[in-house]
Amino acid sequence: MKTMKSLLHTGNLSVGYGRKPLMRNIELDLPAGSLTALLGINGIGKSTLIRTLAGLQPPVEGGVWLDGRNVHALSATDRARSIAVVLTGRPPTGILDVETLVGLGRQPWTDRWGRSTPKDRAAVDDALERVGALHLRHRQVATCSDGECQKVLVARALAQATPVLLLDEPTAFLDLPNRAEIVRVLRSIAHGGSKAVLFSTHDLQLAVDLCDRMLLMRSGEGPWQGTPQEAIASGELGRAFHGSGVRFDPSNGTHRFVP
Amino acid sequence: MRGKGWWLVAFAVLGVLLALLGLASGTVNVPLPQVWGALFHADGGAHAVIVRQVRLPEILTAAAAGSGLAAAGLLMQTIFHNPLAGPGVLGMTGGAALGVALVMLAQPIWTMMPVPDDLLITGAALIGAIAVLLLITAADRRVGGGVTLLILGLMVGYLCTALVSVLQATSEARALKGFVLWGMGSFAGMELARLPWIMVPVSIGLLFALTMVKPLNAMLIGDDHARSMGVDVVQVRRRAIWITGLLAGTVTAFCGPIAFLGLAVPHVARAFLRSADHRLLMPGTILLGAALALGCDLIVRAAWTGAALPLNAVTSLLGVPVVLWVLLSGRRWAGR
Repeated sequence: MKTMKSLLHTGNLSVGYGRKPLMRNIELDLPAGSLTALLGINGIGKSTLIRTLAGLQPPVEGGVWLDGRNVHALSATDRARSIAVVLTGRPPTGILDVETLVGLGRQPWTDRWGRSTPKDRAAVDDALERVGALHLRHRQVATCSDGECQKVLVARALAQATPVLLLDEPTAFLDLPNRAEIVRVLRSIAHGGSKAVLFSTHDLQLAVDLCDRMLLMRSGEGPWQGTPQEAIASGELGRAFHGSGVRFDPSNGTHRFVP
Repeated sequence: MRGKGWWLVAFAVLGVLLALLGLASGTVNVPLPQVWGALFHADGGAHAVIVRQVRLPEILTAAAAGSGLAAAGLLMQTIFHNPLAGPGVLGMTGGAALGVALVMLAQPIWTMMPVPDDLLITGAALIGAIAVLLLITAADRRVGGGVTLLILGLMVGYLCTALVSVLQATSEARALKGFVLWGMGSFAGMELARLPWIMVPVSIGLLFALTMVKPLNAMLIGDDHARSMGVDVVQVRRRAIWITGLLAGTVTAFCGPIAFLGLAVPHVARAFLRSADHRLLMPGTILLGAALALGCDLIVRAAWTGAALPLNAVTSLLGVPVVLWVLLSGRRWAGR
């Protein structure tokens, strides 16, 4: 993995709102073909980082670079063709069928009326197939379960056909099999389509078992990044979530709850 | 999309049928072949004056008002992600009412101006609506839109209502009755020669609304997702506010404040089309708005009532059940 080309990277990035940084000194590399998990306690700035990487909010300091170009200086269309994002929560779609929702992802590529060409329809089919949601295509989004809805939202971002995919807590509110399913889908997207995929999560075990890389946001110091094995061996994973009631067991790489 | 396009044809046919009925019926019933003659032949026959000078302007006004208010309502509902928003939600119709109240009730120097009364009222309504529109767009630049802007619009609306009630309390009975009648709304009384004054601004507004279907669709899944797909949300919102001001301001200036049509029609259109896709929903809402306004106009003029019913009573009697239906079946129509 180390030898792969970095698609998205940050230099001396500080993220936050206004001029107050939540997290400083973020040096991050997202290589093509790899799945990265973003971990950290609540309120440490995971969502803020994702929004900044996606160009939705300006950095407090430093910059985000995509193939050598500054993400925050790109035109709206160029950015939309480079970075797709799935934000947290279930959006209020109204009455929309799955196919139409996924088709929205083609917007950066369609004409001003949003008319879809055969190529756009093929991209929608492909996206639905890759998340395993082809059978849902004519369903109303409102009638989908949380797990199905999350797959559909991932398919929407996939249809956007971008080299970079960012997701904010895509496994929240899902049961265990669905969480595993979503992360497996993200893994196959990253590996199969040589995309750089980053998602934030609180599922340590899923991150350790299924991700290529980890980005740990630590309070009081800059984030740490490396492979899950390195995170365990160096003790970083243990420290990142260390607190009253949680203890890390480096022998098998799991966290235990202590009463 | 496939197959649902037929609904648009159905809405258009419904509108044409109701328009023909509107031309034919009233205190004097004109048989349809004679309606045709009255419209398209030079001599026109016995009822040419009624059909051409009275009913044609009325049904065209109704169609323009209905489609304009419905399109404005849909714009506001999508931009603010709020199923209960309507064309008046930003206070622009309130501003129009305040302008008219100032002219009709306060009566300082207005009455001495060399302008016909009805034009004075139209002008006052337009100025009132534009004043609120400018206030809202200035605020949009500062507060950054969203719920704050919606609340601000509601506050401006309440403020206008309060000022109007003060004017009402201090005005004399005859002027008060005139204002109350204006407040009931009406599609009638438009002169044929002045028809372009409502048709042209409303047509421009509708064309602009139709050009916005793509970014409106993106905003269905939230402002941030829309931005990530390349939509300039701030610009789209500003444009939607201007179009709503143009549509609602014009309609209110000529027809008075018309309740519920703008709020209810998009929901009825969604219910038939079973889609929030604006490529279908926007033309559907425009066509259905025209048809339903023509239907309301027919009821207003229905011969069996003897006198004409207040338009706002009819739109509300039809609109309230629709809004209740939306609230009660909220999961299906209003999102989630």
